[in-house]
Amino acid sequence: MITFEGVTKRYPDGTVAVDTLDLEIPAGRITVLVGPSGCGKTTSLRMINRMVDATEGVVAVDGKNVREIDPPTLRRGIGYVIQQAGLFPHRTIVDNIATVPFLLGWDKKKARARSHELMERVGLDPKLAKRYPAQLSGGQQQRVGVARALAADPPIMLMDEPFSAVDPIVRASLQDEFLRLQNDLEKTIVFVTHDIDEAIKLGHKIAVFQVGGKLAQYATPEEILDAPADDFVRDFLGGERGIKRLRFFQELDAEEAAEQATEQAAEQRAAADRPEAGSTAAER
Amino acid sequence: MYAALAIGDGEPLIRWDWIARNWDDDILESLKEHLILSFTPILLGFLIALPLGIACARWRRFYPPVLAVTSVLYALPAIALFVVLVAFTGLTYTTVIIPLTLYTLSVLVPSVVDGLGSVPDHVRKSATAMGFGETRRMVQVELPIAVPVVMAGLRVATVSNISLVSVGAMIGIGGLGELFTDGLRRDFPTPLVVGIVLIIALAFVSDMVLLLIQRLLTPWERTRGASKREKEVLATGGAA
Repeated sequence: MITFEGVTKRYPDGTVAVDTLDLEIPAGRITVLVGPSGCGKTTSLRMINRMVDATEGVVAVDGKNVREIDPPTLRRGIGYVIQQAGLFPHRTIVDNIATVPFLLGWDKKKARARSHELMERVGLDPKLAKRYPAQLSGGQQQRVGVARALAADPPIMLMDEPFSAVDPIVRASLQDEFLRLQNDLEKTIVFVTHDIDEAIKLGHKIAVFQVGGKLAQYATPEEILDAPADDFVRDFLGGERGIKRLRFFQELDAEEAAEQATEQAAEQRAAADRPEAGSTAAER
Repeated sequence: MYAALAIGDGEPLIRWDWIARNWDDDILESLKEHLILSFTPILLGFLIALPLGIACARWRRFYPPVLAVTSVLYALPAIALFVVLVAFTGLTYTTVIIPLTLYTLSVLVPSVVDGLGSVPDHVRKSATAMGFGETRRMVQVELPIAVPVVMAGLRVATVSNISLVSVGAMIGIGGLGELFTDGLRRDFPTPLVVGIVLIIALAFVSDMVLLLIQRLLTPWERTRGASKREKEVLATGGAA
C-alpha cells in the first residue's frame, strides 16, 4: 500500500504542483491518477520513487516513509514505465529488459534468461532480442518498456502515460494485454493518464486531479460515473458520460464470461501485432 | 612520368633516389616525430576535455565562460604560440604539444557537452527512475550515447592537429613539416612532395582508424545508418 498524507509540492517560484494530497493506494490493484495537464498527477507519481521530493507531508510505501530510503535502492524496487518508453538506444532489447537485474548484480546469464522469459510474457517475438530499440515499432518499444519495469519483479509499478504515444488500435491492444498481465501478477500499479476513457477502462480506483494539484474525487469508476463529485469532474468526464457508463457496465458483464474474454484478447493481440510487424518490416 | 612534371630549371618534381637514400633516417624519423607531436595533444586534450565537458554539462553555468576561453585559444595563430612558448619551454616537443593540446581542447570540450546534450531527456529520466546513481548513469548510459558526437570532434581535432604540426617546422620541431622547410630552403621539390603525400596519408589513415573505432564502439548506430547529428558536427567542426 502506498499512502500520501498531507503531501504538498511547492516549487521555489511559488507554483504549487500538488496541494495537501491525501491518498491511499491499495496493494495489488490498478489506481489511475487522471486529470488535465498541470494538475500534478505526474508530480504525485514521481514523489513515490523520489524523482521529486515532497515539500510537506509524507509519502509512505508499506508504512515506510520514502524519504528514509536511499533513492537508487528505493527505485530498483519500483518498476517505472514512461510515455516514450525511455529505452537505452545503445543496448539490445534483451539487455534493456535486464537493466534492473544488472543493477541489482544478478548473474548475467540469469538476468538474460529472465529477460527472455519476460519478452514472451509481454508478447514480443524472441527474434527481437538482439535488436536495438530504434529497430522496433512504437508499440513494440512500449512492450519492452513494460517488460523492463517487470524484470526484477517489483511489487510496485509506476506508469506515466505509457500508452499515449502509440496509435489507438495498438493502444487498445496494449491496454488489454496489460489488464491480462495484471490479472496474473497483481502488482500495485499507479497509472497516470490524461485520458478519462483509459482511466475508466484500467482503474480499480480513479483519482481525478484538477489544475493546482487538488484531488477532486477519489473513487471507483462506477462511483465516478454515477456520481461525479463536482462540476469539474462532470465536465472532465465529458458530455458522453451516459454512454461511457453504459459501455463500462457492458464490459463488466462481458468480463463474467471470462473464457470468452480471454480468447477475444488473444485474437485482438494477434490482430494488432500483424500490422505492427508489417510496418516494421516495411520501414527497413 | 615524373620527368614530365619537372619545374623550371629542369629539377624533377620527385627524385626517387633521394627518397631511397633518406627514407630510413630522415623521412621515417620525421614521420615518427609527426605522429608523436599530433597524437600526444589528442590524448592529453581528450583526458582534459572529458572531465571538463562532463562538468560543463552537469553545471551549465560553467559552460559559457569555458567556451569563451577555448574559442579565444583556438583563434590564436599556432605560429605565435610556438614563438612565445619557446621562451619558456625552449626548442622541445612540449613547445608544440601545448598549443596543439589547447586546440584539441577547444574542439573536444564542446563535443563532449553536445554529446551529453544529445542524450534524450526521457532516457536520462528513465535511467534515474530505474535506480542508476549519477556516476553509473554517466558511465553506462550518457557517455556511451555521447560517443558518436565525441568521436566526430575527435576526428576533426586529429586531422587538424596532423596538419598543424607542420607549422612547428618554423621553430625546427615540425615532424614532416621539416621536409617543407628543407625543400624550400634548398629549392628542391622532392621533400615537399613527400611531406605533403605523407601528411595527407597520415590524416586519411588516422581518420579511418578513428571511424573504425567509432563503428566498433557504437554497434547500435549502424542499424540506422550514419546519424544526422554526427554529420552536422563534422560539417560545422570542419568549417571552424
